[in-house]
Amino acid sequence: MSTPLLEAAGLHLRFGAVRALDDVALDIHPGEVVAIVGESGSGKSTLLRVLAAQMEPHSGRVRYRDAAGAMQDIAALSEAARRQIMRREWGFVHQNARDGLRMGISAGGNIGERLMAAGTRHYGAIRAAAADWMARVEMDPARMDEPPSNFSGGMQQRLQIARCLVTQPRLVFMDEPTGGLDVSVQARLLDLIRGLVSELDLAVFFVTHDIAAARLLAHRIIVMRHGRIVEQGLADRVLDDPRHEYTQLLVASVLSA
Amino acid sequence: MNAAYNFAYLDEATKRMIRRAILKALAIPGHQIPFGAREMPLPYGWGTGGIQVTAAILGPRDVLKVIDQGADDTTNAVSIRAFFARVAGVATTTRTAEATIIQTRHRIPERPLREGQVMVFQVPMPEPLFRLEPRLAETRRLHALADYSLAQVKLYEDIARQGEAGSSYNHPVMVDGRYLMSPSPIPSFDNPRLHLSPAIMLFGAGREKKIYAVPPYTRVESLDFEDHPFVPLRAPHACSACGSTTSYLDEIISDDQGGRVHVCSDTDHCAETQGQ
Repeated sequence: MSTPLLEAAGLHLRFGAVRALDDVALDIHPGEVVAIVGESGSGKSTLLRVLAAQMEPHSGRVRYRDAAGAMQDIAALSEAARRQIMRREWGFVHQNARDGLRMGISAGGNIGERLMAAGTRHYGAIRAAAADWMARVEMDPARMDEPPSNFSGGMQQRLQIARCLVTQPRLVFMDEPTGGLDVSVQARLLDLIRGLVSELDLAVFFVTHDIAAARLLAHRIIVMRHGRIVEQGLADRVLDDPRHEYTQLLVASVLSA
Repeated sequence: MNAAYNFAYLDEATKRMIRRAILKALAIPGHQIPFGAREMPLPYGWGTGGIQVTAAILGPRDVLKVIDQGADDTTNAVSIRAFFARVAGVATTTRTAEATIIQTRHRIPERPLREGQVMVFQVPMPEPLFRLEPRLAETRRLHALADYSLAQVKLYEDIARQGEAGSSYNHPVMVDGRYLMSPSPIPSFDNPRLHLSPAIMLFGAGREKKIYAVPPYTRVESLDFEDHPFVPLRAPHACSACGSTTSYLDEIISDDQGGRVHVCSDTDHCAETQGQ
């Protein structure tokens, strides 16, 4: 088995009396798509934020193997080094595209920002990369000078994904990437993400409460409840043969069309 | 000289405090140093920062020149020159070559500066990331991490929209490859004059209470793209007074029929060229 890309152990975090994370441990391997499911308040978004270094756990640690192959304790890094990793090797896709995009600047500028942050100073190269990525997420490159507000919700989400992937990250965090979109748009977006993930060999960690999305995208599923991981395993095993009673309830409560 | 005031208006303790900020600013080129700006006998926006920096570095043997938009004879320039003549008794001049301290708003003189001269810029807004990032605490973080992608994105947007950089003045510069700095609202035409200048460049912002500096012979590069290099802008005309085709020009409406003439904005340089 390959060495993990991200390793978390003994994570604890409480909000007052509520245990948001209660002794959580998990690994993410290169090229692996991990979905985390659970009801609202189960701690899944908190876990995502802690792993993505947007929040500090009260105890426990998160370690990441960087591009040079060294295992880094994320909390122990300097802010500059952490930001470096976050913008060069990680991506973060927000549930609401408005949180992940700069609404005041054009689609091309949004995609180009991460390139410029990484030091690209060639205007033509930035535009070529932006046009290429717009095409890859099935948007019309001719519209790259329009502001994000000109695009529909599903297109904004695709724009956000392009902005994230343009620097070729190794690990992408997604928070309900299909939330708030209508069903047909969701299906196309999931299809797109699935294609990109296998093409780029990305590791993805995503939060969803949509069991169907988890089934479609994930290799592995983690089920959370009350801040604890109650079950984890290969996606089809967890969904077709759930062992924990809560997982059984969750799977049984999905409406089939 | 008016004996009712301390030399150069400010008391000695205040001048020492300002000098400490200036020394610190010179030690970290392009980095903004906070200082305890005082109330000055002129309104904010008229050069309260510049006048305090000038007061702090002025000595009895200095020769002071003050320009506003390149001109020595505008209200602001005349008043500040008269102010220092009165409270410090220093010699004043309109000749760039003779001055040891030049306080300026919006221009750098056409005549190349030499070692021993000090430029003092009046700065309305010292933060180059202002308008791009509204939170001051966040801009300080971005400076600390040397993360200037926001400014680069702004430039990208300008070029995407209008084919060229959108700022014809106050075009941000990188100082010594480290800090992004606002050159104060000088025309982009003057930006190259900051680069490797033999003179000391001091910037004072009174309302924002910040001082920053460019020491002599420091790299100052205007923000640009490799394939869209920075181009200083100049109106494609000759000065109608002296005929100069290289100096920075002001456009002046000359009659009620919409007639217009272009003249040098640097009055001293124009007079000098005419005298030759």
